[in-house]
This record gives sequence, C-alpha cells and structure tokens, in this order.
Amino acid sequence: MDFFLQVLVNGLSVGFLYALAALGFVMIFKSSSVLNFAHGELLAIGAFVFLVLSTWLKLPIVVCFVLTLAGCFALGFIIERFFLRPLIGEALIEVIMLTVGLAAMFRGLLLLIFGGNLHNYRPFLPEGLAIRIGSVYVAPVYVASFIIGILFLAVFGFFFKYSSWGIYMRSVADHQPAALSLGVNVRRVFALSWAIAAVVAAMSGVVLGIINGINVHQLSYIGLKVFPVVILGGLDSIGGAIIGGLIIGLLESFTGGYISTSLREVVSYVVLVLILLVKPYGLFGSVEIERV
Amino acid sequence: MRRLHFRPCGNFKTSYREELTIFETDFGRLWTLVGIVLLMGVVPFVASPYMLYVLNNMAIAAIAAVGLNILIGFTGQISLGHGAFFGVGAYAAAILATKVGFPFWAAVLSAGVITALVGMIFGTPSARLKHLYLAIATLAGQLIIEYVLVHWESLTGGPSGIILPEPVLFGLNVSSDRAFAWVAFGCFIVMTWMASNLMRSRYGRAFVAIRDNDLAAEGMGIPLFRYKLLSFAISSFYAGFAGGLWAYYTVSITPEPFTIMLSIEYIAMIIIGGLGNIAGSVFGAVFIVGLNEILSQATEFVMNLGALAGIALTVAPLREFVFGLAIVLFLIFEPRGLAEVWRVVRSSFRLWPFAY
Repeated sequence: MDFFLQVLVNGLSVGFLYALAALGFVMIFKSSSVLNFAHGELLAIGAFVFLVLSTWLKLPIVVCFVLTLAGCFALGFIIERFFLRPLIGEALIEVIMLTVGLAAMFRGLLLLIFGGNLHNYRPFLPEGLAIRIGSVYVAPVYVASFIIGILFLAVFGFFFKYSSWGIYMRSVADHQPAALSLGVNVRRVFALSWAIAAVVAAMSGVVLGIINGINVHQLSYIGLKVFPVVILGGLDSIGGAIIGGLIIGLLESFTGGYISTSLREVVSYVVLVLILLVKPYGLFGSVEIERV
Repeated sequence: MRRLHFRPCGNFKTSYREELTIFETDFGRLWTLVGIVLLMGVVPFVASPYMLYVLNNMAIAAIAAVGLNILIGFTGQISLGHGAFFGVGAYAAAILATKVGFPFWAAVLSAGVITALVGMIFGTPSARLKHLYLAIATLAGQLIIEYVLVHWESLTGGPSGIILPEPVLFGLNVSSDRAFAWVAFGCFIVMTWMASNLMRSRYGRAFVAIRDNDLAAEGMGIPLFRYKLLSFAISSFYAGFAGGLWAYYTVSITPEPFTIMLSIEYIAMIIIGGLGNIAGSVFGAVFIVGLNEILSQATEFVMNLGALAGIALTVAPLREFVFGLAIVLFLIFEPRGLAEVWRVVRSSFRLWPFAY
C-alpha cells in the first residue's frame, strides 16, 4: 500500500511538471497554430539562464527569477521577429520544419556553451514547504512547482478568457484571415504569444532543473514528452494540458513501478500513437471539421 | 532521325506528354549520361579511398533523402521518423545476413521491403491525421523504434550491436571502398531513376495532388488513405534500402546513430536541396554529408592546434548547430532549396547577356 501511494504521488508530481512544460506549448499552438518542436530547448535555455544568474553570478534568487523571465520574454520576441515572421503566410509544413531547425540550433548552441554534463543549482527552497503524510514524502520542490503551476494556470486562464489580448490571440488561432480583416494586429499577437510561451517554458525549465539538475539532453527530451501530454489533453486546451500531464505522469510512474523500469521511457509514446488512432483531438481539444 | 531538342525561347508545349518529359532538351540527357559515365567509369579509379568513402556515404544518404522527399516534398506528409526507418533497414539487413544467412543483394532488398512494412504501420495514423498530428505520430514512431532497437536484445544485440559479413555480389567481394563505390553509385542511379519516373506517373501525380489539396484530390477520385500509405511505403523502402547498404558498408552497427538527430539530418537534406525535387534531394545529401565531413575535419584540425588544445570542441553539438542553422536559413531565404539556386544559375548562364 505504501509503495502504491508513493508511486501515485510520484506520478502526480512528475505529471504536474509535464503539465507545466506543456502549458507554454499549448500557448503557442493556441495563438498561432504552430507546433513548436523547439519547446524543450526553450525549457533548457530558461534553466541555463537561471543557472548562470544564480549559481555563477550569485545574484539573489528573486532577482534571478525576474531577470530570467524578462530575458526569456525578450528571447521569445526575438525568435518570433527573426525566424517566424518571415514565414507568416507560408505553408504550415515549413513552419514546423523551422521549429525543428531551431531546436537543433539551440541544442547545439547550449551543448557548445555548457557541455552535456549535469549542472546543479544551489539549494534555495525552504524545507518547510515539504509535505509528509505517513510514509509518503513530497519534496518541497514539487510543492513549489504545484503552487507555480496553479498560479500560471489561473493567470493564463483569465488572460485568455477576459483580457483583450487573450481574445485577439484566440481569434488569430481560430481564423487568421478573419482576424486580420477585423483589425487584429496578427504580428504582435504572434510575438506576444512566443514571448509568453518562452516565459512559461523558462519557468518550467527552472523547476525541472531544481528537481533533476540541468542537462541539455534531459531537458530537450522533456520537450518531446510534451507531445503525448498535449495530444492526450487536446492540442489547444490549457486544462487538457494539465489533465494530460497528470495522466501521462501516472502512467509512466505505474509502468515504471509495476511493469518494467525501462518501459517507462517509451510507454507514453505508445499511448500517443493509440490516441492519435482513436481520438486524434484528445480529451478536451476542439475538433477540426473541414468543409469544402 | 528526329530533330534535336533545344530549349525554346518560351513555353510551346502542345501536349501533356511534353510536360512530363524528364529531359527537356537533348543536352540535359547528354550531360546526365556524361555524369553517369564519369561517376561509374572514372571516379572510382581516380578518387582517393577517403574521397570514395565520402562519395559512398553521399550516395547512400541520397537514396534515403530521395525517399524522404517522395513523402514530404511530393505527398506533403511530414515524417520525423526517417532516421529510425533507416535504422530499421540497417538492422533488418544485418539480422537477415547474420541469423538467416541471406546473401548481400537479398538482404538489402528485403531490408527495404521490411522497412516499407514498418513504415506503413507508422503511416496508418495518416488515415485520419494531417500535418502536425502526423508529424507527432512519426516522432512517436522514431522514439518507439529507437527503444526497440536498444531493448530487444535477443534480436538486435542491444547496445553492442551486430557485425555484418562482408558483402559479396556475383561472387565478388565488394567490401573495399572502391568496389563498394560501384554498388553504391549503381544503386543510387537506379533508385533515383525509379523515383523520377515514378513521380511523373499516375501515382506521382496523385501524390502531388494530395500535397496541394487533399480534399480536392479526394474529390477527383484519389483514394487518400491508400495513396498516403503507398507514399509511406515507398519512402520507407528507400530508407530501408539505404540503411541496408549502409549497414554492409559500415560493417558493425549499433542503435546509436539512428536517433532523432538523424531524422533531422534527413529533413535538413531535403529542405536544403529543395522540397518536391528529386535532383534537389541529391544536392541536399551531397551538401549535408560534405558539410559533415568538413566540420569533423575542421574540429580535428582545431583540436590538433597546440594553442587551442585546451578547448574541448566536440563535433556533435557543432554539427547540430550548423544543421539547425542551415535548415532555418534555407527556409527563410531560399525555401525552394539548392535545386532552385541551381536552376537560377543555369538560366542566367543560358540567358546571358539578355535578361530574359
């Protein structure tokens, strides 16, 4: 029973991290229908910026957070301005390829600068955040990530639902030409969505870095893990990303705990293919209907 | 004797037949023949073993790139699993050769067929899915195949891999760089020829119709799923065939090279070469394999410089960076790739000194 509970809690906490990582991804998809294959690299960039600021330059943690978020916001703008904007109006296939190219480029760059080794932050989370129920122990970082996740979720939920920029973003995602003709500044919407996504990605990168240490390969691998999560939840649903993340996390944790440890890496992709075959728009995604 | 065809000063085609010719002019045919004769008759004797090694790799990569271009460039179905299919081909050839005792030619051909079947399995999601969903499905395929190659140890030998016997063709041992060059170049020429003819057949036109507008294609009576699956099968056949050749050429294979990075490399090839252009995929393969060699030579050179010995410059990340950069730059500045550059250069020579 204890083992079961521990596996359950592990699964939920890992799942929450996946959900957090998937948030930024859904963000970009929701506003610009771009499938971002460079998401894992965005996570890694955020994590490494934080590493440079906090561990190498030894700035106070709050300053580090603010600077990392600001830096990644700017980075998102830059990516959109220099790489994505020239392709506005081009076929979707080219935009997807572009993000694949960006992913390779960023990963290579990070590996050149930081190498493939594992880096670590100095510990800064208070131990008081930890939760201990009976034999089950939840580390402080998971609690912190849970709080951050809920916060981001609420903020972005309200942002998309009520703010005018959120509504512009949804309109652009829904039908770009119609949004253009109604006077929505599509370019700025794209830029903003990339900037926000980079911020969310950086945030989740930092959280992941605190838990597992920072490693380029690992973080870009998490970027690929995002796909089963968002497909399960529905590509354009923020709530779906959370639920999908939790389900995938549980699935991996139970496979690892009860069936085989090595199967854990691949089980989510098997599920991914099955979902694509059976229910391609996921649990909460909006179904695309094509009419001639 | 018919009159020689020269390039006309406008578009004077009067039949679809003329539109579909591979060689618009007789000079094109002549140059291609000259090229084939040079490649088969002169290059293997003149080139150094290292050059031959590079050229063989280019030929093998070109076969796989042509296959990927059929899928992405002509049919418009994104695949991020081409590297894994290449690996499936390599392993199929290796297993058939070592455990079943197939001869070289049979092992390579059946590697192609087996990979085509595997490709069709991962192509089935294309029944309901388009672009991005399909890209994700093939990405999952890539990761699942990678996992199977590492973990199905009784069949694939796990991380330690398989060592292949020497390739023997018609009683001759073709394992040396020079002897293999004839095999690789020959396969390359035949496969490219097949692909360019396939693309102007009924099937090729159906693929292009699906790429341009799948709903319209279906309306014109093209069974979408069957043709998409066929495209997957053909593309994987090319990948598997190239993988089989590569396995024989490299002698010992491990799961290591067949990662998502290899898939990205192939995508880079066809984007740089030109999507939807058979010649373009060859240009792309030559470009990427050449770039690969130049980069590893350059890093080796830098590493051996005494003053810079402290800098641990490894080739893998640099390669990744340069390939990514190449994909991005080509997509932004020349989305139609090297094939288009080549066409522009050619026509500017032809039209000189007049502008049109």
